[in-house]
Amino acid sequence: MNKPVPKIVLKGLKKRFGPKVVLDGIDLELATGESLVVIGGSGSGKSVLLKCVIGIMEPDAGTVLIDGEETTHLSPGERTRVMHKFGMLFQGSALFDSLKVWENVAFGLIQGRGTARTEAKEIALKKLAAVGLPAEVGELWPAELSGGMQKRVGLARAIAAEPEIIFFDEPTTGLDPIMGDVINDLIVRCRKQLGATTLSITHDMASAHKIADRVAMIYQGKIVWTGPISQIDRSGNPYVEQFIHGRAEGPIKMPVKVA
Amino acid sequence: MVPVLQPVGHALLGFLEATGRICLFAITAISHAVRPPIYPRLIIKQMIEIGYYSLPVVGLTAIFTGMVLALQSYTGFTRFNAESAIPNVVVISITRELGPVLAGLMVAGRVGAAMAAEIGTMRVTEQIDALTTLSTNPFKYLIAPRLVAGLIMLPCLVLVADLIGVFGGYVVSTANLSFNPQVYIKNTVDFVEPLDVISGLVKAGVFGFIVALMGCYHGFYSRGGAQGVGAATTNAVVSASILILTFNYAITEIFFSQ
Repeated sequence: MNKPVPKIVLKGLKKRFGPKVVLDGIDLELATGESLVVIGGSGSGKSVLLKCVIGIMEPDAGTVLIDGEETTHLSPGERTRVMHKFGMLFQGSALFDSLKVWENVAFGLIQGRGTARTEAKEIALKKLAAVGLPAEVGELWPAELSGGMQKRVGLARAIAAEPEIIFFDEPTTGLDPIMGDVINDLIVRCRKQLGATTLSITHDMASAHKIADRVAMIYQGKIVWTGPISQIDRSGNPYVEQFIHGRAEGPIKMPVKVA
Repeated sequence: MVPVLQPVGHALLGFLEATGRICLFAITAISHAVRPPIYPRLIIKQMIEIGYYSLPVVGLTAIFTGMVLALQSYTGFTRFNAESAIPNVVVISITRELGPVLAGLMVAGRVGAAMAAEIGTMRVTEQIDALTTLSTNPFKYLIAPRLVAGLIMLPCLVLVADLIGVFGGYVVSTANLSFNPQVYIKNTVDFVEPLDVISGLVKAGVFGFIVALMGCYHGFYSRGGAQGVGAATTNAVVSASILILTFNYAITEIFFSQ
Protein backbone atom coordinates (compact mmCIF):
# COMPACT_ATOMS: atom_id res chain seq x y z
CA MET A 1 0.00 0.00 0.00
CA ASN A 2 1.29 3.47 -0.91
CA LYS A 3 2.27 5.75 1.95
CA PRO A 4 -0.01 8.83 1.96
CA VAL A 5 1.66 12.06 0.77
CA PRO A 6 2.42 14.29 3.77
CA LYS A 7 0.58 17.63 3.75
CA ILE A 8 3.75 19.64 4.42
CA VAL A 9 7.37 18.54 4.02
CA LEU A 10 10.39 20.73 4.82
CA LYS A 11 13.76 19.48 3.61
CA GLY A 12 17.06 21.12 4.54
CA LEU A 13 15.52 24.57 4.94
CA LYS A 14 18.18 27.27 5.40
CA LYS A 15 17.91 31.00 5.86
CA ARG A 16 20.43 33.60 6.97
CA PHE A 17 20.38 37.38 7.36
CA GLY A 18 23.89 38.65 6.73
CA PRO A 19 26.22 36.70 9.03
CA LYS A 20 23.35 35.51 11.28
CA VAL A 21 22.18 31.97 10.47
CA VAL A 22 18.49 31.76 11.40
CA LEU A 23 17.48 28.40 9.88
CA ASP A 24 20.24 25.82 9.57
CA GLY A 25 18.80 22.84 7.72
CA ILE A 26 15.27 22.26 9.03
CA ASP A 27 13.63 18.91 8.22
CA LEU A 28 9.99 18.40 9.21
CA GLU A 29 6.91 16.54 8.02
CA LEU A 30 3.24 17.10 8.80
CA ALA A 31 0.60 14.49 7.99
CA THR A 32 -2.83 15.57 6.78
CA GLY A 33 -4.98 16.68 9.72
CA GLU A 34 -2.03 16.76 12.11
CA SER A 35 -1.32 19.62 14.50
CA LEU A 36 2.38 20.35 14.92
CA VAL A 37 3.55 23.00 17.37
CA VAL A 38 7.08 24.38 17.01
CA ILE A 39 8.41 25.66 20.31
CA GLY A 40 11.56 27.65 20.95
CA GLY A 41 12.90 30.77 22.59
CA SER A 42 12.77 34.30 21.24
CA GLY A 43 15.04 34.68 18.21
CA SER A 44 15.33 30.94 17.64
CA GLY A 45 13.93 31.19 14.10
CA LYS A 46 10.31 30.13 14.66
CA SER A 47 8.71 33.07 12.84
CA VAL A 48 11.18 32.88 9.95
CA LEU A 49 10.40 29.16 9.62
CA LEU A 50 6.68 29.91 9.41
CA LYS A 51 7.22 32.69 6.85
CA CYS A 52 9.37 30.40 4.68
CA VAL A 53 6.70 27.71 4.73
CA ILE A 54 3.88 30.08 3.83
CA GLY A 55 5.93 31.79 1.11
CA ILE A 56 6.21 35.28 2.60
CA MET A 57 9.97 34.75 2.77
CA GLU A 58 12.16 32.77 0.36
CA PRO A 59 14.61 30.31 1.95
CA ASP A 60 18.27 30.42 0.85
CA ALA A 61 18.32 26.64 0.43
CA GLY A 62 16.07 23.64 0.92
CA THR A 63 12.57 22.84 -0.23
CA VAL A 64 9.00 23.24 0.99
CA LEU A 65 6.53 20.69 -0.36
CA ILE A 66 2.79 21.25 0.02
CA ASP A 67 0.77 18.16 -0.96
CA GLY A 68 3.95 16.92 -2.65
CA GLU A 69 4.32 20.12 -4.74
CA GLU A 70 7.52 22.15 -4.46
CA THR A 71 6.48 25.71 -3.53
CA THR A 72 9.70 27.61 -2.90
CA HIS A 73 10.07 29.09 -6.41
CA LEU A 74 6.51 29.52 -7.64
CA SER A 75 5.38 32.24 -10.06
CA PRO A 76 2.94 34.82 -8.57
CA GLY A 77 -0.04 33.08 -10.23
CA GLU A 78 0.95 29.66 -8.92
CA ARG A 79 1.67 31.18 -5.50
CA THR A 80 -1.88 32.58 -5.37
CA ARG A 81 -3.25 29.10 -6.15
CA VAL A 82 -1.24 27.54 -3.32
CA MET A 83 -2.21 30.39 -0.97
CA HIS A 84 -5.85 29.34 -1.36
CA LYS A 85 -4.97 26.31 0.77
CA PHE A 86 -3.68 28.49 3.63
CA GLY A 87 -5.13 30.48 6.48
CA MET A 88 -3.02 32.29 9.04
CA LEU A 89 -3.53 33.85 12.44
CA PHE A 90 -0.84 36.49 13.02
CA GLN A 91 0.79 37.27 16.35
CA GLY A 92 -0.58 40.84 16.40
CA SER A 93 -3.75 39.76 14.52
CA ALA A 94 -2.70 42.03 11.57
CA LEU A 95 -6.26 43.21 10.96
CA PHE A 96 -6.65 45.86 8.25
CA ASP A 97 -7.29 49.19 10.04
CA SER A 98 -9.11 50.71 7.09
CA LEU A 99 -11.74 47.95 6.88
CA LYS A 100 -14.61 47.06 9.20
CA VAL A 101 -14.39 43.81 11.15
CA TRP A 102 -16.71 41.88 8.81
CA GLU A 103 -14.75 43.16 5.78
CA ASN A 104 -11.56 41.89 7.41
CA VAL A 105 -13.08 38.44 7.88
CA ALA A 106 -14.52 38.42 4.36
CA PHE A 107 -11.38 39.85 2.73
CA GLY A 108 -9.96 36.56 1.45
CA LEU A 109 -13.36 35.57 0.05
CA ILE A 110 -14.00 38.89 -1.74
CA GLN A 111 -10.50 39.72 -3.00
CA GLY A 112 -8.92 36.29 -3.19
CA ARG A 113 -11.83 34.20 -4.47
CA GLY A 114 -14.20 36.73 -6.05
CA THR A 115 -17.16 35.98 -3.75
CA ALA A 116 -19.99 38.58 -3.94
CA ARG A 117 -19.92 41.05 -1.02
CA THR A 118 -23.39 40.14 0.30
CA GLU A 119 -22.60 36.42 0.30
CA ALA A 120 -19.13 37.06 1.78
CA LYS A 121 -20.71 39.17 4.57
CA GLU A 122 -23.08 36.32 5.49
CA ILE A 123 -20.15 33.90 5.70
CA ALA A 124 -18.10 36.44 7.70
CA LEU A 125 -20.89 36.86 10.28
CA LYS A 126 -21.17 33.06 10.61
CA LYS A 127 -17.42 32.79 11.18
CA LEU A 128 -17.58 35.60 13.75
CA ALA A 129 -20.32 33.65 15.52
CA ALA A 130 -18.11 30.53 15.38
CA VAL A 131 -15.45 32.37 17.38
CA GLY A 132 -18.02 33.70 19.84
CA LEU A 133 -18.50 37.22 18.51
CA PRO A 134 -21.98 38.71 17.89
CA ALA A 135 -22.98 40.14 14.51
CA GLU A 136 -22.78 43.74 15.84
CA VAL A 137 -19.02 43.36 16.18
CA GLY A 138 -18.88 42.99 12.41
CA GLU A 139 -19.76 46.65 11.99
CA LEU A 140 -16.98 47.88 14.32
CA TRP A 141 -13.47 48.95 13.30
CA PRO A 142 -10.49 46.85 14.45
CA ALA A 143 -9.20 49.72 16.62
CA GLU A 144 -12.44 49.52 18.67
CA LEU A 145 -11.73 45.91 19.76
CA SER A 146 -9.75 44.54 22.71
CA GLY A 147 -6.66 42.38 22.08
CA GLY A 148 -8.61 39.17 22.73
CA MET A 149 -11.41 40.20 20.38
CA GLN A 150 -8.86 41.11 17.71
CA LYS A 151 -7.35 37.63 18.05
CA ARG A 152 -10.80 36.08 17.61
CA VAL A 153 -11.43 38.19 14.51
CA GLY A 154 -8.00 37.14 13.21
CA LEU A 155 -8.99 33.52 13.78
CA ALA A 156 -12.35 34.06 12.04
CA ARG A 157 -10.44 35.57 9.09
CA ALA A 158 -8.01 32.64 9.03
CA ILE A 159 -10.85 30.07 8.82
CA ALA A 160 -13.25 32.11 6.64
CA ALA A 161 -12.24 30.43 3.39
CA GLU A 162 -12.12 27.00 5.08
CA PRO A 163 -8.42 26.40 4.34
CA GLU A 164 -6.72 23.01 4.29
CA ILE A 165 -3.74 24.30 6.27
CA ILE A 166 -3.82 26.88 9.08
CA PHE A 167 -0.75 28.59 10.53
CA PHE A 168 -0.81 30.08 14.01
CA ASP A 169 1.91 32.57 14.92
CA GLU A 170 2.08 32.89 18.72
CA PRO A 171 -1.72 32.65 19.08
CA THR A 172 -1.84 33.42 22.81
CA THR A 173 0.96 35.99 23.12
CA GLY A 174 -0.18 39.19 24.80
CA LEU A 175 -3.40 37.70 26.15
CA ASP A 176 -4.34 37.02 29.76
CA PRO A 177 -4.36 33.29 30.70
CA ILE A 178 -8.14 32.98 30.52
CA MET A 179 -8.42 34.63 27.10
CA GLY A 180 -5.41 32.57 25.99
CA ASP A 181 -7.28 29.41 26.93
CA VAL A 182 -10.40 30.63 25.12
CA ILE A 183 -8.32 31.12 21.96
CA ASN A 184 -6.75 27.66 22.41
CA ASP A 185 -10.22 26.10 22.70
CA LEU A 186 -11.37 27.95 19.59
CA ILE A 187 -8.30 26.77 17.67
CA VAL A 188 -8.97 23.14 18.65
CA ARG A 189 -12.66 23.45 17.77
CA CYS A 190 -12.05 25.16 14.41
CA ARG A 191 -9.40 22.62 13.50
CA LYS A 192 -11.72 19.71 14.27
CA GLN A 193 -14.60 21.27 12.32
CA LEU A 194 -12.43 21.95 9.25
CA GLY A 195 -10.23 18.86 9.50
CA ALA A 196 -7.31 21.17 8.73
CA THR A 197 -3.61 20.54 9.13
CA THR A 198 -2.12 23.13 11.50
CA LEU A 199 1.39 24.40 12.09
CA SER A 200 1.73 26.65 15.13
CA ILE A 201 4.67 28.41 16.71
CA THR A 202 4.60 29.39 20.34
CA HIS A 203 6.61 29.56 23.53
CA ASP A 204 3.47 29.15 25.63
CA MET A 205 3.59 25.55 26.91
CA ALA A 206 -0.03 25.62 28.10
CA SER A 207 -1.05 26.47 24.56
CA ALA A 208 1.21 23.74 23.13
CA HIS A 209 -0.32 21.14 25.48
CA LYS A 210 -3.81 22.12 24.38
CA ILE A 211 -3.45 22.36 20.60
CA ALA A 212 -0.56 20.05 19.65
CA ASP A 213 -0.54 16.45 18.46
CA ARG A 214 3.20 16.65 18.04
CA VAL A 215 5.85 19.14 19.13
CA ALA A 216 9.16 20.13 17.53
CA MET A 217 11.72 22.21 19.39
CA ILE A 218 13.89 24.63 17.44
CA TYR A 219 17.18 26.00 18.77
CA GLN A 220 19.78 27.96 16.84
CA GLY A 221 18.02 27.21 13.56
CA LYS A 222 17.92 23.42 14.05
CA ILE A 223 15.23 21.03 15.22
CA VAL A 224 16.70 19.57 18.40
CA TRP A 225 13.76 17.36 19.40
CA THR A 226 10.46 16.21 17.97
CA GLY A 227 7.85 13.91 19.46
CA PRO A 228 4.23 13.55 20.56
CA ILE A 229 2.96 16.15 23.05
CA SER A 230 2.28 13.30 25.52
CA GLN A 231 6.04 12.61 25.70
CA ILE A 232 7.30 16.15 26.08
CA ASP A 233 7.46 16.00 29.89
CA ARG A 234 9.70 12.92 29.74
CA SER A 235 11.60 13.69 26.54
CA GLY A 236 15.01 13.27 28.14
CA ASN A 237 16.24 16.07 25.89
CA PRO A 238 18.18 18.71 27.86
CA TYR A 239 17.04 21.56 25.59
CA VAL A 240 13.38 20.61 25.96
CA GLU A 241 13.75 20.06 29.71
CA GLN A 242 15.29 23.50 30.19
CA PHE A 243 12.70 25.19 27.96
CA ILE A 244 9.54 23.66 29.41
CA HIS A 245 10.70 24.28 32.97
CA GLY A 246 11.89 27.79 32.17
CA ARG A 247 15.35 27.40 33.70
CA ALA A 248 18.11 29.94 33.10
CA GLU A 249 20.77 27.24 33.53
CA GLY A 250 21.19 24.62 30.82
CA PRO A 251 22.38 24.06 27.28
CA ILE A 252 20.28 26.95 25.89
CA LYS A 253 22.37 30.10 26.22
CA MET A 254 20.61 33.43 26.05
CA PRO A 255 22.76 36.09 24.38
CA VAL A 256 22.81 38.63 27.23
CA LYS A 257 25.50 41.30 27.20
CA VAL A 258 26.45 42.79 30.55
CA ALA A 259 27.48 46.41 30.27
CA MET B 1 44.13 57.82 -0.96
CA VAL B 2 42.18 54.62 -0.12
CA PRO B 3 40.57 56.07 3.04
CA VAL B 4 39.30 58.97 0.94
CA LEU B 5 38.01 56.90 -1.97
CA GLN B 6 36.45 54.12 0.13
CA PRO B 7 33.51 56.15 1.50
CA VAL B 8 32.94 57.69 -1.94
CA GLY B 9 32.82 54.21 -3.45
CA HIS B 10 30.46 52.99 -0.73
CA ALA B 11 28.17 55.96 -1.28
CA LEU B 12 28.18 55.43 -5.05
CA LEU B 13 27.42 51.71 -4.70
CA GLY B 14 24.67 52.50 -2.21
CA PHE B 15 23.17 55.05 -4.61
CA LEU B 16 23.28 52.62 -7.53
CA GLU B 17 21.74 49.85 -5.43
CA ALA B 18 18.91 52.12 -4.27
CA THR B 19 18.30 53.31 -7.84
CA GLY B 20 18.13 49.71 -9.05
CA ARG B 21 15.73 48.73 -6.28
CA ILE B 22 13.45 51.68 -7.01
CA CYS B 23 13.47 50.89 -10.76
CA LEU B 24 12.61 47.23 -10.09
CA PHE B 25 9.87 48.30 -7.68
CA ALA B 26 8.45 50.70 -10.29
CA ILE B 27 8.54 48.08 -13.09
CA THR B 28 6.83 45.49 -10.85
CA ALA B 29 4.19 48.02 -9.81
CA ILE B 30 3.52 49.14 -13.41
CA SER B 31 3.26 45.55 -14.61
CA HIS B 32 0.65 44.87 -11.92
CA ALA B 33 -1.19 48.13 -12.67
CA VAL B 34 -1.87 47.15 -16.29
CA ARG B 35 -2.84 43.52 -15.68
CA PRO B 36 -6.09 42.29 -14.10
CA PRO B 37 -7.37 42.11 -11.47
CA ILE B 38 -7.65 45.88 -11.27
CA TYR B 39 -9.38 47.47 -8.28
CA PRO B 40 -11.44 50.47 -9.55
CA ARG B 41 -12.90 51.11 -6.09
CA LEU B 42 -9.42 51.51 -4.60
CA ILE B 43 -8.25 53.70 -7.49
CA ILE B 44 -11.24 56.03 -7.00
CA LYS B 45 -10.60 56.14 -3.25
CA GLN B 46 -6.99 57.15 -3.86
CA MET B 47 -8.02 59.69 -6.50
CA ILE B 48 -10.28 61.37 -3.96
CA GLU B 49 -7.50 61.26 -1.36
CA ILE B 50 -4.86 62.71 -3.67
CA GLY B 51 -7.00 65.07 -5.74
CA TYR B 52 -9.97 66.30 -3.74
CA TYR B 53 -8.31 66.51 -0.32
CA SER B 54 -5.20 68.23 -1.72
CA LEU B 55 -7.27 70.97 -3.41
CA PRO B 56 -7.23 73.43 -0.47
CA VAL B 57 -3.46 73.31 0.09
CA VAL B 58 -2.64 73.40 -3.63
CA GLY B 59 -5.20 76.16 -4.24
CA LEU B 60 -3.82 78.33 -1.43
CA THR B 61 -0.25 77.81 -2.64
CA ALA B 62 -1.25 78.70 -6.20
CA ILE B 63 -3.21 81.85 -5.37
CA PHE B 64 -0.50 83.36 -3.16
CA THR B 65 2.20 82.40 -5.67
CA GLY B 66 0.28 84.17 -8.46
CA MET B 67 -0.23 87.24 -6.26
CA VAL B 68 3.44 87.45 -5.24
CA LEU B 69 4.55 86.86 -8.81
CA ALA B 70 2.49 89.82 -10.04
CA LEU B 71 3.81 92.08 -7.26
CA GLN B 72 7.46 91.11 -7.74
CA SER B 73 7.21 91.39 -11.52
CA TYR B 74 5.70 94.86 -11.15
CA THR B 75 8.55 96.13 -8.91
CA GLY B 76 11.12 94.84 -11.41
CA PHE B 77 9.36 95.74 -14.66
CA THR B 78 8.52 99.35 -13.70
CA ARG B 79 12.26 100.11 -13.96
CA PHE B 80 12.06 99.34 -17.70
CA ASN B 81 8.49 100.56 -18.30
CA ALA B 82 7.54 96.95 -19.06
CA GLU B 83 4.52 96.63 -16.72
CA SER B 84 2.34 95.42 -19.59
CA ALA B 85 4.36 92.15 -19.62
CA ILE B 86 3.12 91.18 -16.14
CA PRO B 87 0.15 89.06 -17.36
CA ASN B 88 2.48 87.22 -19.72
CA VAL B 89 5.08 86.54 -17.03
CA VAL B 90 2.44 85.37 -14.56
CA VAL B 91 0.72 82.96 -16.95
CA ILE B 92 3.96 81.51 -18.38
CA SER B 93 5.57 81.08 -14.95
CA ILE B 94 2.48 79.48 -13.45
CA THR B 95 1.61 77.09 -16.27
CA ARG B 96 5.12 76.01 -17.21
CA GLU B 97 6.90 75.89 -13.86
CA LEU B 98 5.34 77.07 -10.63
CA GLY B 99 1.99 75.30 -10.99
CA PRO B 100 3.37 71.78 -11.49
CA VAL B 101 6.43 72.16 -9.25
CA LEU B 102 4.66 73.74 -6.28
CA ALA B 103 1.66 71.41 -6.57
CA GLY B 104 4.06 68.44 -6.82
CA LEU B 105 5.99 69.54 -3.72
CA MET B 106 2.82 70.22 -1.73
CA VAL B 107 1.34 66.83 -2.70
CA ALA B 108 4.67 65.16 -1.86
CA GLY B 109 4.45 66.66 1.63
CA ARG B 110 0.79 65.80 2.14
CA VAL B 111 0.11 62.62 0.18
CA GLY B 112 3.58 61.06 -0.20
CA ALA B 113 4.12 61.22 3.55
CA ALA B 114 0.67 59.77 4.25
CA MET B 115 1.25 56.89 1.80
CA ALA B 116 4.63 56.05 3.33
CA ALA B 117 3.18 56.18 6.85
CA GLU B 118 0.13 54.06 5.99
CA ILE B 119 1.99 51.39 4.01
CA GLY B 120 4.91 51.45 6.48
CA THR B 121 2.52 50.84 9.37
CA MET B 122 0.91 48.01 7.41
CA ARG B 123 4.38 46.53 6.88
CA VAL B 124 5.49 46.64 10.53
CA THR B 125 2.13 45.34 11.80
CA GLU B 126 2.27 42.42 9.31
CA GLN B 127 -0.82 43.62 7.44
CA ILE B 128 1.09 43.32 4.13
CA ASP B 129 2.01 39.71 5.00
CA ALA B 130 -1.66 39.14 5.84
CA LEU B 131 -2.64 40.39 2.37
CA THR B 132 -0.33 37.79 0.82
CA THR B 133 -1.79 34.99 2.93
CA LEU B 134 -5.26 36.05 1.78
CA SER B 135 -4.29 35.44 -1.86
CA THR B 136 -4.03 39.16 -2.59
CA ASN B 137 -0.94 40.62 -4.22
CA PRO B 138 0.15 43.72 -2.23
CA PHE B 139 1.45 45.36 -5.42
CA LYS B 140 -1.96 45.09 -7.03
CA TYR B 141 -3.96 46.01 -3.94
CA LEU B 142 -1.79 48.71 -2.35
CA ILE B 143 0.75 50.06 -4.83
CA ALA B 144 -0.90 50.03 -8.27
CA PRO B 145 -4.04 52.03 -7.28
CA ARG B 146 -1.87 54.74 -5.70
CA LEU B 147 0.40 55.03 -8.75
CA VAL B 148 -2.56 55.23 -11.14
CA ALA B 149 -4.34 57.78 -8.94
CA GLY B 150 -1.18 59.92 -8.63
CA LEU B 151 -0.63 59.84 -12.38
CA ILE B 152 -4.20 60.95 -13.09
CA MET B 153 -4.90 63.39 -10.28
CA LEU B 154 -1.82 65.61 -10.19
CA PRO B 155 -2.47 66.95 -13.74
CA CYS B 156 -6.07 67.71 -12.65
CA LEU B 157 -4.76 69.51 -9.56
CA VAL B 158 -2.24 71.45 -11.65
CA LEU B 159 -4.94 72.52 -14.09
CA VAL B 160 -6.90 73.96 -11.16
CA ALA B 161 -3.69 75.46 -9.69
CA ASP B 162 -2.95 77.14 -13.06
CA LEU B 163 -6.37 78.81 -13.07
CA ILE B 164 -6.16 79.86 -9.42
CA GLY B 165 -2.56 81.12 -9.78
CA VAL B 166 -3.42 83.24 -12.82
CA PHE B 167 -6.47 84.51 -10.97
CA GLY B 168 -4.20 85.52 -8.04
CA GLY B 169 -2.04 87.57 -10.41
CA TYR B 170 -5.18 89.12 -11.93
CA VAL B 171 -6.56 90.13 -8.51
CA VAL B 172 -3.34 91.85 -7.40
CA SER B 173 -2.75 93.49 -10.78
CA THR B 174 -6.28 94.89 -11.10
CA ALA B 175 -6.82 95.79 -7.42
CA ASN B 176 -3.34 97.08 -6.44
CA LEU B 177 -1.47 97.83 -9.64
CA SER B 178 -4.21 99.68 -11.56
CA PHE B 179 -4.39 97.21 -14.44
CA ASN B 180 -7.46 97.28 -16.67
CA PRO B 181 -9.25 93.92 -16.06
CA GLN B 182 -10.17 93.38 -19.73
CA VAL B 183 -6.65 94.18 -20.92
CA TYR B 184 -5.14 91.85 -18.31
CA ILE B 185 -7.36 88.96 -19.40
CA LYS B 186 -6.76 89.67 -23.10
CA ASN B 187 -2.96 89.78 -22.61
CA THR B 188 -3.08 86.53 -20.65
CA VAL B 189 -5.22 84.65 -23.17
CA ASP B 190 -3.36 86.01 -26.21
CA PHE B 191 0.07 85.16 -24.87
CA VAL B 192 -0.41 81.68 -23.41
CA GLU B 193 0.11 78.81 -25.87
CA PRO B 194 -1.17 75.23 -25.68
CA LEU B 195 2.39 73.92 -25.23
CA ASP B 196 2.79 76.00 -22.04
CA VAL B 197 -0.17 74.25 -20.43
CA ILE B 198 0.56 70.82 -21.94
CA SER B 199 4.18 70.82 -20.75
CA GLY B 200 2.95 71.67 -17.24
CA LEU B 201 0.42 68.85 -17.31
CA VAL B 202 3.02 66.34 -18.55
CA LYS B 203 5.28 67.42 -15.70
CA ALA B 204 2.37 67.02 -13.30
CA GLY B 205 1.72 63.46 -14.47
CA VAL B 206 5.37 62.56 -13.95
CA PHE B 207 5.45 64.28 -10.55
CA GLY B 208 2.26 62.50 -9.46
CA PHE B 209 3.82 59.17 -10.37
CA ILE B 210 7.04 60.08 -8.53
CA VAL B 211 5.21 61.15 -5.36
CA ALA B 212 3.16 57.93 -5.25
CA LEU B 213 6.17 55.77 -6.15
CA MET B 214 8.38 57.24 -3.42
CA GLY B 215 5.60 57.07 -0.81
CA CYS B 216 4.84 53.44 -1.66
CA TYR B 217 8.49 52.36 -2.02
CA HIS B 218 9.69 53.78 1.29
CA GLY B 219 6.57 52.54 3.11
CA PHE B 220 6.80 49.07 1.58
CA TYR B 221 10.41 48.57 2.67
CA SER B 222 10.15 50.26 6.07
CA ARG B 223 11.51 48.29 9.02
CA GLY B 224 11.75 48.49 12.78
CA GLY B 225 8.51 49.82 14.22
CA ALA B 226 7.57 53.46 14.76
CA GLN B 227 11.09 54.75 14.14
CA GLY B 228 11.25 52.89 10.81
CA VAL B 229 7.89 54.30 9.73
CA GLY B 230 9.03 57.82 10.69
CA ALA B 231 12.20 57.41 8.65
CA ALA B 232 10.20 56.06 5.71
CA THR B 233 7.92 59.10 5.81
CA THR B 234 10.85 61.53 5.86
CA ASN B 235 12.66 59.65 3.07
CA ALA B 236 9.51 59.57 0.94
CA VAL B 237 9.07 63.36 1.10
CA VAL B 238 12.77 64.21 0.65
CA SER B 239 13.37 61.80 -2.24
CA ALA B 240 10.13 62.79 -4.00
CA SER B 241 11.02 66.51 -3.67
CA ILE B 242 14.52 66.01 -5.07
CA LEU B 243 13.24 63.85 -7.93
CA ILE B 244 10.53 66.41 -8.74
CA LEU B 245 13.12 69.19 -9.08
CA THR B 246 15.46 66.93 -11.12
CA PHE B 247 12.74 65.73 -13.49
CA ASN B 248 11.42 69.28 -13.79
CA TYR B 249 14.71 70.34 -15.33
CA ALA B 250 14.86 67.26 -17.58
CA ILE B 251 11.31 67.73 -18.90
CA THR B 252 11.90 71.45 -19.44
CA GLU B 253 14.97 70.57 -21.51
CA ILE B 254 12.91 68.13 -23.60
CA PHE B 255 10.09 70.61 -24.25
CA PHE B 256 11.86 73.94 -24.56
CA SER B 257 15.54 73.46 -25.45
CA GLN B 258 16.28 74.83 -28.90
